[in-house]
Amino acid sequence: MLGITFFDQFGEYIMLLRKVFTKPQKRKVFFVNLIQEIDKIGISSLWIVAFISVFIGAVATIQTAFNIDSPLMPTWSIGFTVRQSMILEFCPTIISLILAGKVGSSIASELGSMRITEQIDALEIMGINSANFLILPKIVASVIINPFLITMSMFLSILGGWLAGVLTGFVTTPNYIDGLQIDFHPYDVFYSLIKTIFFAFLISSISSYKGYHISGGALEVGKASTKAVVTSSIFIILFNLILTQLLLS
Amino acid sequence: MIEAVHIFKSFNGNDVLKDVSIQFKQGKTNLIIGQSGSGKTVLMKCIVGLFEVDKGKIFFNERNFSEMNFEQRKDIRQEMGMLFQGGALFDSMNVIENVMFPLSMFTNQTKDEIRERAQFCLKRVNLENTDQLFPSELSGGMKKRVAIARAISVNPRYLFCDEPNSGLDPITSNVIDNLIREITQEYSITTVINTHDMNSVMEIGDNIAFINKGELWWEGNKDNILNSDNTELNKFVYATELTRALKKTR
Repeated sequence: MLGITFFDQFGEYIMLLRKVFTKPQKRKVFFVNLIQEIDKIGISSLWIVAFISVFIGAVATIQTAFNIDSPLMPTWSIGFTVRQSMILEFCPTIISLILAGKVGSSIASELGSMRITEQIDALEIMGINSANFLILPKIVASVIINPFLITMSMFLSILGGWLAGVLTGFVTTPNYIDGLQIDFHPYDVFYSLIKTIFFAFLISSISSYKGYHISGGALEVGKASTKAVVTSSIFIILFNLILTQLLLS
Repeated sequence: MIEAVHIFKSFNGNDVLKDVSIQFKQGKTNLIIGQSGSGKTVLMKCIVGLFEVDKGKIFFNERNFSEMNFEQRKDIRQEMGMLFQGGALFDSMNVIENVMFPLSMFTNQTKDEIRERAQFCLKRVNLENTDQLFPSELSGGMKKRVAIARAISVNPRYLFCDEPNSGLDPITSNVIDNLIREITQEYSITTVINTHDMNSVMEIGDNIAFINKGELWWEGNKDNILNSDNTELNKFVYATELTRALKKTR
């Protein structure tokens, strides 16, 4: 039964994506909507991403410093550890999970409210492909803006780590920078950004699906919002494993 | 003219519409009446294509709408206007943007021309100086009038109204009813209205279809509805103390 529900929903999701990825009715209107979505999805998330990144970077530095017991272990390993953990895992995955909560719930509740107040029906009656009109700008905006957010997050988390390291005296600036530079592979950043693009697509499309397909009243909007966050998070974790295996093996 | 022929529709095995055939005439206000749950909203949603019919055909001026795909339906949809129960105005847009929206999507007019047309439509529904208000700042009656303005902005050939009086006081209801009738006659639109408001029926019922348990039980107009010998229709028409008292005085 659970399997049938999953396949039903997966089929519905694919059908929705088929409706979404068609030529926009009017290119000019699409670009206006896209800019608005970039603002709603990306710009409004700047502060929360910046705040979390700086503090997690700082915590990573302090925890690494406390866990270095051996005097033979060089202090530059603090910078090295912070860089590796932030670029490879924290920024693309954890920040995407946070965005799934913030952006995913917002997309699902916006579309859900439009569905129950018949605004989506009004678009359909006018002859507008509502899925394309409402969802495509959200998906494109997420895929464009999330890599920028994650790049900013990488920079700020490493900066936060440096601030914490220097202010607490665990590491000096030259040592921290040495750690950042040692054994650095630019491919790691590429891998991280590829993951981010996949996660951005998952967050926006799954949340849109959950909001677009609700029926009922206000209670359903809340439920759809919760389901959007939970499902997006599960798929982010799942795809994290798959992409890591594919891109790093 | 709109024609629905032998329409069947069911949800999860529950038959909601059973062999409904009906015609809606141009330049007239065509009312679909019936109790809540009788199938009138489903019938309207089937006609406009929000629900697909299980069996049957729908013609818009002899164009077979039920056999068209989404792309083919676009032309007919651009000739439709619909007034939803709650107005269905776009929350993120103000009044003037709501009315301008269909014009900006489907015409190549300049922004000034679109704005001028939108202002004309708002004036036509007696709404002026409300351009910058958002739907959340409007009363129920104002929302309906903005929705009518949006529906008529593209000069529709077909106007659909789903319970246009729900949630309105009798005076505002009357204003909305008269507005719909005036627009229907002025632009020779085929108007279809779902309602269970007897005041509307007596005010604007050029053609009336009574739907009961998913079937068409009676057709007529406001002049002969009160004298019908259809038992189920009489139960509906004389459901309140007021209408029963009026019946006695006739």
